[in-house]
Order: sequence, then structure tokens, then C-alpha cells
Amino acid sequence: MRGVSTEAALLLVGIPVLLWTLIPIYHMFLFAISPKDAAFSGQLWPEHPILRNFGIVLNQQHHFLYNFWRQMWNSLAISCATAVLTLLIASAAAFAISRLRMKGGRLVMNLALFTYFIPAAFLAVPMYKTMGMYGLLNNDWALVLAMVTVASPYAIWILRQASDKLPVELDEAALIDGASPFQLFRMIYIPLMVPSLIAVGTYALLLAWNEYLYAFLLLSRETAITLPVALGNFLSADDSPWELLMTAGFIYALPPAAIYYAFRKYMSSGLTAGAVKG
Amino acid sequence: MTATAATAIDTPARRQRRAGFALSPRQVWGLLFTAPYVAVFLGFVVFPVGYAFWLAGSPRLYVELADDPIFLRTVVNTLVFLIVAINVKMVIALFLSGFFTQKRWWVRVLAVLFVLPWAVPSIPTILSVRFMLNPEWGVINTLIFRLTGDDGPNWLNDPTLALTLSMAVHIWKSLPFWTLILLAGRLAIPHELYEAASVDGAGSWHRFRYITWPSMSTLYVTCTLLSMIFTVGDFNSVYLLTGGGPADLTHVLATLGIRYLRLDQVGLAMATIVCALPLILPLVFFMMKRLSR
Repeated sequence: MRGVSTEAALLLVGIPVLLWTLIPIYHMFLFAISPKDAAFSGQLWPEHPILRNFGIVLNQQHHFLYNFWRQMWNSLAISCATAVLTLLIASAAAFAISRLRMKGGRLVMNLALFTYFIPAAFLAVPMYKTMGMYGLLNNDWALVLAMVTVASPYAIWILRQASDKLPVELDEAALIDGASPFQLFRMIYIPLMVPSLIAVGTYALLLAWNEYLYAFLLLSRETAITLPVALGNFLSADDSPWELLMTAGFIYALPPAAIYYAFRKYMSSGLTAGAVKG
Repeated sequence: MTATAATAIDTPARRQRRAGFALSPRQVWGLLFTAPYVAVFLGFVVFPVGYAFWLAGSPRLYVELADDPIFLRTVVNTLVFLIVAINVKMVIALFLSGFFTQKRWWVRVLAVLFVLPWAVPSIPTILSVRFMLNPEWGVINTLIFRLTGDDGPNWLNDPTLALTLSMAVHIWKSLPFWTLILLAGRLAIPHELYEAASVDGAGSWHRFRYITWPSMSTLYVTCTLLSMIFTVGDFNSVYLLTGGGPADLTHVLATLGIRYLRLDQVGLAMATIVCALPLILPLVFFMMKRLSR
């Protein structure tokens, strides 16, 4: 009897949580598989589900979407570059702070933490002006560098926590054997840090792929923008094809969801470890 | 011969360097390894922030800002957003983190789905919500009309309702992340404590009150403050749902700053951000003390 009531109580939490989580995503999917008029009639499932919207988006057959693949490519290139650069910069810094125990390491860590605490939308305004001065506006590198700036502080923090846990004896043995710090970094440190590096790399990749604000400030040329900016541009017209917007958005949401699930194991242990300590 | 000469010249200089500021090879490597990050920090944090303060230096800007009729409303909105949305979110996250410790197959499946809002991009999902709320063709008002025969409310045209819905969107998006963090905190509590408590016949409230909460309270406060700092910078939840409307009544400081920037009033944009500093600097200093050990 008690078991039954516990089960009922759990369901009473679980069902609302499920609905709350999935409704906006389901609504997006519903639009993607509905013909235009059916989408506007408020049905919970279309009478005749269609795939035509996907065809229009993938073949770039609407003037909002003439550069769909180009913009997908921009998103991909920018997020991969962000992930690689963040990993290089953050793992090197974490290595110097945590393993080489350099003087000033604490200062670098504090600078990084301080950057982590600058709200993203606030840094965006000066970042926009600065990129203009550097002559990088409308250049994909502007977004990559901005995303690296935003992603690396958290990355350094997480990697430092993880590398503090590696045994000191390892470094000492390697140094006695005559390894240079660079060899130590490349042959011992990086291989041991792979799980955390996957977590951090995924974090940076998703951050850049999903970014809207920085992308729409820094990039504006039709062939330079990432897909989120193109989706945002739908809002500027009154007669926007919402079903195509939702279809393109649904397609755009698939890769990050897949990547998250592929690396979920690393993500939850890697990224929460740092926070729990605080 | 040249080598000897070079050594002869080099030695005093090297000795002096050792005496002055000792740079061991290890230290040199350390500087090399941190150089990329320091370069990013100087080029994309120090310089922009310094430039921002220089642009925001004129007192005239603050007079102009205070004269803008939407400014005060924006400050109030930001405070309401921070206080209400964050606390509601964190209490729900704390509760759900307990729910997700349950060992049932379907709870595990739900935990996997639950993370979706956080993993997928905000723009299509928030626009999806925006479209559900459309007063004429949105699914919500269509259902209300079909069930009751009445027209539903004009959701995003009422400033209070629109701001509340923005907060709901914010919660939808970031609840999974904080629930996962708090779940990790719960799982770190030694299980023996709970076993001992059930031997003593403690109910679930007592287990929470005397075991879970004492071990989690520090983490909970840390998360709340962190979330507040991040939420001051939450642009998407408001901009993509309401665009600051109706009549610019739902702006928060983040969207107002960007609005000025789009209107080419960079000075005002920077001044808006400077106005948020009294709000976030105390939080940042507190967090720095707590996290930099």
C-alpha cells in the first residue's frame, strides 16, 4: 500500500516534469511536420503529417534560407575552432597553474575566475566595439575569439580542479628522467586528462554552436552569419514562414542534442565536479 | 674562443638576473604555458572593459539614462527577475534533485530527457514558446477557445504577464543545469547517514532537515549566487520572447544595453552596464573569495 502511494507521488512529479520539458520542443517538431495552414489551427497532431518543410529547408527553397548550408557550415567551423582553441589555451594554463606550480599561477586563476563572473551580455557591448577596432567585424574569427574568451575561464577552472587530483609523483618521476615540461605536458598530462578534456571541449563546442547574442552582434553579412542569427532574422518580417523557421531550428537543435548524449558520461562527472567543490 | 668570450660576458649578467628576479626554467615554462590565456585576457577582457569604462565616464550619460522613462522600469524588472526567477528556480532544482535520486528505470529515462532544454540552442525553442503564446493562432489560445469558447489572454501584450513568461522561459532553459549540480551534491552525501537515520525512524522531512540540507546548504547558496550573476547577463529569455515589449516595459538591463547599442548610442549602452555593477560586484567579490582557494 505504502509502495503504491510512493509510486503515485513520484508519478505526480514525473509527469509534469516530462510535459514541462518537452512541450516547447514538441511544439517545434509539430510545426516542422505540419503544412502551413494546419500548423495555425492549433491541432496537437496534424491530420496529414508531411516532410515537405524539411525538403524546402534542406534544398534552400525559400528566400530566408538561401544560405542555409553556408550558415550551417559557419556554425560548424566556428564551434570546432572554439573548442580546439579553448582546449589548447585552457589545458596549457591549467597545466602551468596546477602542475608547474608557477609563481603568479594563482593570479592567472583569479583573473580567469573574474572573467567567468562577467555576465555575458555585458561583455558583449565592449566586445563589439573592440572587435570593430581590431577590424574583425563580420569575420568568423571575431566570434571564435569572443567565444574562446567566454569559454576558457570555466575550462581552466574545471581542468585545474581535475589536474590537482593527479599524483605529484608522476611529474617528479618524469622530470628526474629528464623530461622537459613540454614533454611532461604532451606525453603524461594530456593523456591522463582526456575525460576532462572531452567534457570541456563539448562544453565549448555547444556554447559556440548555441550562441545567439554575440553572433548577431559580431556577424551580419548573409554569408558570414551562423544559423541562429539567420533564424533571428525571420523575426524582422511580418509574414515569416514560421513552419520553416521551426523546421530549420529543429534541424539545428539535433547536433547539440546528439553530442550531449554521446558525451553525457563525461559531461556530468567532468563539469559538475568543479561546482560541487565550491 | 668566441664561446669562452660569450660565457665570460654572460656570466655576470646571468648571476645578476638570478639575484634580481629568479626565473627558474620551470617558471619560464609556466609563463609560456599561460601566455596564450593571458593574451586572450588582455586583448578581449582588459582592453574592452577598460575602453567601456572610458566610454561610460561622462556624468552626462547617467543624467540622460535616468531621464529615459524606461530606465527605472528596467531596473525594477531586473531586480524582480533576479529575486523571483532565481529563487523559484533553485527551490525547484533542489526539490527535483531529490526526485532524480530515485532508482526507477523511468526516472532515469526522464533524467536523460530533462537535460534537453539546456543542451539545445535557445533561439528555436524560445521562438517556439513565443509562437505558442500568439493570441490569434497560438496553440494555447486555440485550445482555450475550443474548451471554453472564450478568447484567451493576450499573453505577451501585458507587461506583467510577459515578464512572468520570460522568467518561465529562463527557468525552462537553465533548470536542468542547476538540478544536475545539486544532484551531484546530493549524491556526494555518504549513504550511511541516511541508513542510520532510517534505523532511528526518521521520516523524509527529518532526513532532509537534518542530513541533506546541512550538507547541501553551502552548495545551494553558491549556486544561487552564481545563477544570479549569470542571470543579470541573460539576454535571450527576454529578447527572444518579448523583444522588450510591449512598449519597452519588459526590458532588463542586459536587453536595454543591447538596445542602446543597436541604436548606436554606445555611451548609454556602457552606462547601463555600469549601473548594474553595484548589483553584481558584491556578488562577484563574495564568489571570488569562496571559489579561489
